[in-house]
Amino acid sequence: MSATATTTGQIHEEPGGGKETNYLNVTHTIKSWLLTQDHKRIAILYMVSTAFFFLLGGIAAGLIRYELTSPAGVMLESETYNKVFSAHGILMIFTFLVPAIPAIFGNFVLPLMIGARDVAFPKLNLMSWYLYMTGGSLILWGILAGGVDTGWTFYVPLSSMYSNGQVTITLVGIFIAGFSSITTGINFVVTVHKMRAPGMTWFRLPLFIWAMYATSVIMILGTPVVAVTLLCVIFERAFHLPIFSPELGGDPVLFQHMFWFYSHPAVYIMILPGFGVISELIANFSRKRIFGYHFVAFSSLAIAGLGFLVWGHHMFVSSQSMYEGIVFSLISFLVAVPSAIKIFNWTATLYKGHIRFQAPMLYALSFMGLFTLGGLTGLFLASMGTDVHLTNTYFIVAHFHYVMVGGQMTAYMGALHYWWPKMTGRMYHEGMAKFAALILFIGFNLTFFPQFIVGWLGMPRRYHYYYFAPEYQPYHIMSSLGASVLALGFGLPAFYLIASLINGPKASANPWGAHGLEWNIASPPPTENFLEIPIVTDEVYDFDPTSEFEQEAGTHRIMHGDAPGLQTKDGDKKPMEDK
Amino acid sequence: MSDMTLHHDHGHGDEHGHNPAQAHQFENMEQQTECYITGMWTFLVTEVMFFGALFVAYTLYRWNYKFDFYNAHEHLNVMMGGINTMVLLVSSWFVVMAVQGAQLGKRNQVLAFLAGTQLCALTFLTIKYFEYSSKFADNLYPGVGFTTNPEHVHHANLNHAQIFYGFYFGMTGLHAVHILVGILVIGFLMMKWYRRHPSVVNDFVYTEMVGLYWHFVDLVWIFLFPLFYLQANPFPPSVGGH
Amino acid sequence: MFHLFNFPLAPPAASNFAKEHDLVFYTLCALTVLFCVIVGAGVIFFSIYYRAGNKVDRSRPMYENLKLELTWTFIPLLLGIVVFWMGARLFVEMKTPPKDAQEIFVVGKQWMWHVQHTNGVRENNTLHIPIGKPVKLTMISQDVIHAFYIPAFRVQMHVVPGRYTQLWFTATEPGAYHLFCGMYCGTQHSEMGGTVYAMEPKDYANWLANGGEETVPMTMTQAGEKIYNRVGCNNCHANVSTPRAPSLLGIYNTKRVFTDGTSLVANEEYLRDSILHPWNHITNGYDESMPAYDGQLSESDVLNLIAYIKEMGTSTGKSAPSSLGNAEGAATRATGHDVHDTLSVGAIQANVPDPNPTPTLRKDTPAVGAIAAEGNK
Repeated sequence: MSATATTTGQIHEEPGGGKETNYLNVTHTIKSWLLTQDHKRIAILYMVSTAFFFLLGGIAAGLIRYELTSPAGVMLESETYNKVFSAHGILMIFTFLVPAIPAIFGNFVLPLMIGARDVAFPKLNLMSWYLYMTGGSLILWGILAGGVDTGWTFYVPLSSMYSNGQVTITLVGIFIAGFSSITTGINFVVTVHKMRAPGMTWFRLPLFIWAMYATSVIMILGTPVVAVTLLCVIFERAFHLPIFSPELGGDPVLFQHMFWFYSHPAVYIMILPGFGVISELIANFSRKRIFGYHFVAFSSLAIAGLGFLVWGHHMFVSSQSMYEGIVFSLISFLVAVPSAIKIFNWTATLYKGHIRFQAPMLYALSFMGLFTLGGLTGLFLASMGTDVHLTNTYFIVAHFHYVMVGGQMTAYMGALHYWWPKMTGRMYHEGMAKFAALILFIGFNLTFFPQFIVGWLGMPRRYHYYYFAPEYQPYHIMSSLGASVLALGFGLPAFYLIASLINGPKASANPWGAHGLEWNIASPPPTENFLEIPIVTDEVYDFDPTSEFEQEAGTHRIMHGDAPGLQTKDGDKKPMEDK
Repeated sequence: MSDMTLHHDHGHGDEHGHNPAQAHQFENMEQQTECYITGMWTFLVTEVMFFGALFVAYTLYRWNYKFDFYNAHEHLNVMMGGINTMVLLVSSWFVVMAVQGAQLGKRNQVLAFLAGTQLCALTFLTIKYFEYSSKFADNLYPGVGFTTNPEHVHHANLNHAQIFYGFYFGMTGLHAVHILVGILVIGFLMMKWYRRHPSVVNDFVYTEMVGLYWHFVDLVWIFLFPLFYLQANPFPPSVGGH
Repeated sequence: MFHLFNFPLAPPAASNFAKEHDLVFYTLCALTVLFCVIVGAGVIFFSIYYRAGNKVDRSRPMYENLKLELTWTFIPLLLGIVVFWMGARLFVEMKTPPKDAQEIFVVGKQWMWHVQHTNGVRENNTLHIPIGKPVKLTMISQDVIHAFYIPAFRVQMHVVPGRYTQLWFTATEPGAYHLFCGMYCGTQHSEMGGTVYAMEPKDYANWLANGGEETVPMTMTQAGEKIYNRVGCNNCHANVSTPRAPSLLGIYNTKRVFTDGTSLVANEEYLRDSILHPWNHITNGYDESMPAYDGQLSESDVLNLIAYIKEMGTSTGKSAPSSLGNAEGAATRATGHDVHDTLSVGAIQANVPDPNPTPTLRKDTPAVGAIAAEGNK
């Protein structure tokens, strides 16, 4: 039976049929949302709140790009500009990139993928969100009360002794938000270990789970270290306990060691979930098992492990010893290899698959290109001799935006578009989604590629003025123009995704014909996920690309309210009807 | 829903065969217990990383300033620190007995030994209060008012002594905060036992989790005490300390 | 500077490191392009050729292939190791200044650079150097962490409070190059820049002789001597070692043994520490009676003092001034520590009771100038 597209936001009774209860409509009160223990509702809470912080961080980015169009600035004082880029970094990293994919898609999909009813500790999960909101609110309060001008890295003695901004309250906010990370990590590790459905062995787990598992391990081991490091800065500032003060014999470089001990693994917290998403997208939109499943699974663990041994590559010119530098540089080259393995394996997955180009796949393919470039530019920085010249310049800024925005954000958009029908029960406008993916790719490159050049030319980062070197201006103008396009690439989805909630066609349980336990239940799923816990007998990604069904599936375009065979309750298992 | 045999001898079960202490996301009590215990150990790993970073920083400074740290530490009250160590060790034993009581369903035993633990914890904090007071009286809290009297730091370099005390107050203070949290959590647990709340009475795992936390807090002190209070004399034998 | 349609695409290459650096850089560029092309081509070709609906041979699909995996693991690994080695080699070179490098001293502060040449010439926010001669900068910060960055020379190094850091280069092309502060240091971080002027040796010599931008009418050594006397070093440190204080003649780069049995070489770092925090290392045979000068001397003062101390007792330098004769009316030095030393000049007192009865080696030289110590210890 086919469902008709609804034209209002209400879910109304279908004539002759029962209203489907799902996790969204089972209760309607605000209290039921704010006190929910349902991992799916918590995921939605995170989705809304992280989007809010992303918007703030994005506004800060817009201000930065606008200000940089002129070597002598446009409308901000230097102190304000410094506060704006600090806010941009803090918001984007701590309140968006670190939580986003794990807390939204990890929360929503992880229990479904392993065949569980929820995570191991639902109440703790809710507390994670409250910790996140508390931390985020304190950071916001710090910004509203004047902001910090220390950069998101809070180097001492600038942040402990010289800065006049709202350092303490911002650090307290980050400290609390860190515990959100830690509790989510604990939850996921225990859930994956102990709550897999019968028959769901480790090597039948979707690669997204492997990636989330590795991410959670890093969250657990790394976050407490930065928490205590920032606590030490709070100790110095608020309690006058000297830990790093140079004039008392303290060591400001010790702060850097402790800070980067977390903050380097943190970048793997940010990218590994993205890798997991890409595995899902490539497999399901090539209708083929990921090539070299074991290598890809273990590469996530390798990245998590090696990622803890490379922090000193942020400190080659910090006055750390040459020998330390050599060790960190060597291991940094080693940690690049597992990421390369993933890229090659994903490419090989496409070979002899059935590639479909719906929006999520466009984001995945986009990721392949942008992350490859971003990751390779990391090698320039792992190599000590070149890092001496490139460190603290726009080359670094370009590098990390390529991997974070071109990588993780693109994966985030892919995940959003892929699981949107599952989470909301609605389909969005496919044409607009494809267009938005293209805009994102173009805008992103226009924004950040010129920054590689201007960094190589020597322009340092965190510079408000560059009137000493006006020859950098053309690159900044190119970059800022690109940023407008990039903003469109992020803004468009907001528009059509929200529109889909209002009048998008209802989605079936499996609009993509994908494989995975989450696609065997309704869209949106019921609160308890599964009526009966499944017993898993199939291997993961068990597509058969030579089968006729696979050849036919997905060749129909999804149109608004009008896609035969794609709105059946049980997915694409039925033969297509001719239109 | 398949019937799962209950591995815990708690007797109760409703018509679905669920132990009422079993949360909805779990398939059986065994899974629940394993999850809780694994989760608690995972949390303790995070605490190890948390304190560990401070231990590493302290070790690095002590390695560089071993003479000054030794001299400064001589002003710490080893007796009080030692008593505190014994107090915490005893409290850990009390917690072990409380957990045993929970496993055997002996409410009185649980309440008695948890009360003992609370007493030990309060003793610890009281002794700490006196220790800190004496430090404050000697102007040993770092900052502008830090003492200029070399006697109070046993002729250590005053700047390095400030760093020593920075770590001392920072780390023992953080530890004391953990003790305080422990007091609150144990108090909460005691209240549940007192009221015979089925969640704790029928399932000892909560008591065990609290016990694990308390053992960890004790363990941190076992490291803190020798590192701060019992430093080996680093001066070569011909030159005594001050 | 390499330009394309008037857009600069590469910074000027103006130092001995630039060539090797750019070799590594462009090698990495080539590898980046190579792998991007390989992956890009693979992705684009496979997605189009194997698009759904395209009837091509999909039989015997490949799900794993150990040989292939190991190949594309080990080849990138090997390439990575090669690039690592290239970069490490360059880095080690950058960290190993030649012994005959010309020394220049830099103090960074919010928000400007003070540069000091050994012959007394000072400049702010600029750096004049000769080409063809290695130059070594010794740097320290007065407040927060900065970084001294000359893109054209491909050199950069943090400038840290509390310790000296160094960077060296040999300029190869005359010209004016950007100098930037590379580590975010607060409000005017982006304005803490300037210019490096690399000059032909002849021009540099002229510039130097004409006093540069701003000259203090004395060399660093002379300035150091003035400070030495002003703050009273001469009151205790004489030409020969006394029970009060060791002689500083020829002390630079010698091994100093301390009361706790440890020892250090008297390099710049040690000399600075001894001046600012003398109680960190008490030389064997002495006690903690030297006052600490931390807070009374700026980093520039310390650099000048060190220059003076290095010259002391060498053939080019002067010996310590016979300052004890000038110490009439030398002021009591109260330093905030509870040790009161009064200095009185005059009679030799051979049998002054030892105020510090630690069993250390003491020289039996009679005190040149009596020093009576009293007060709490």
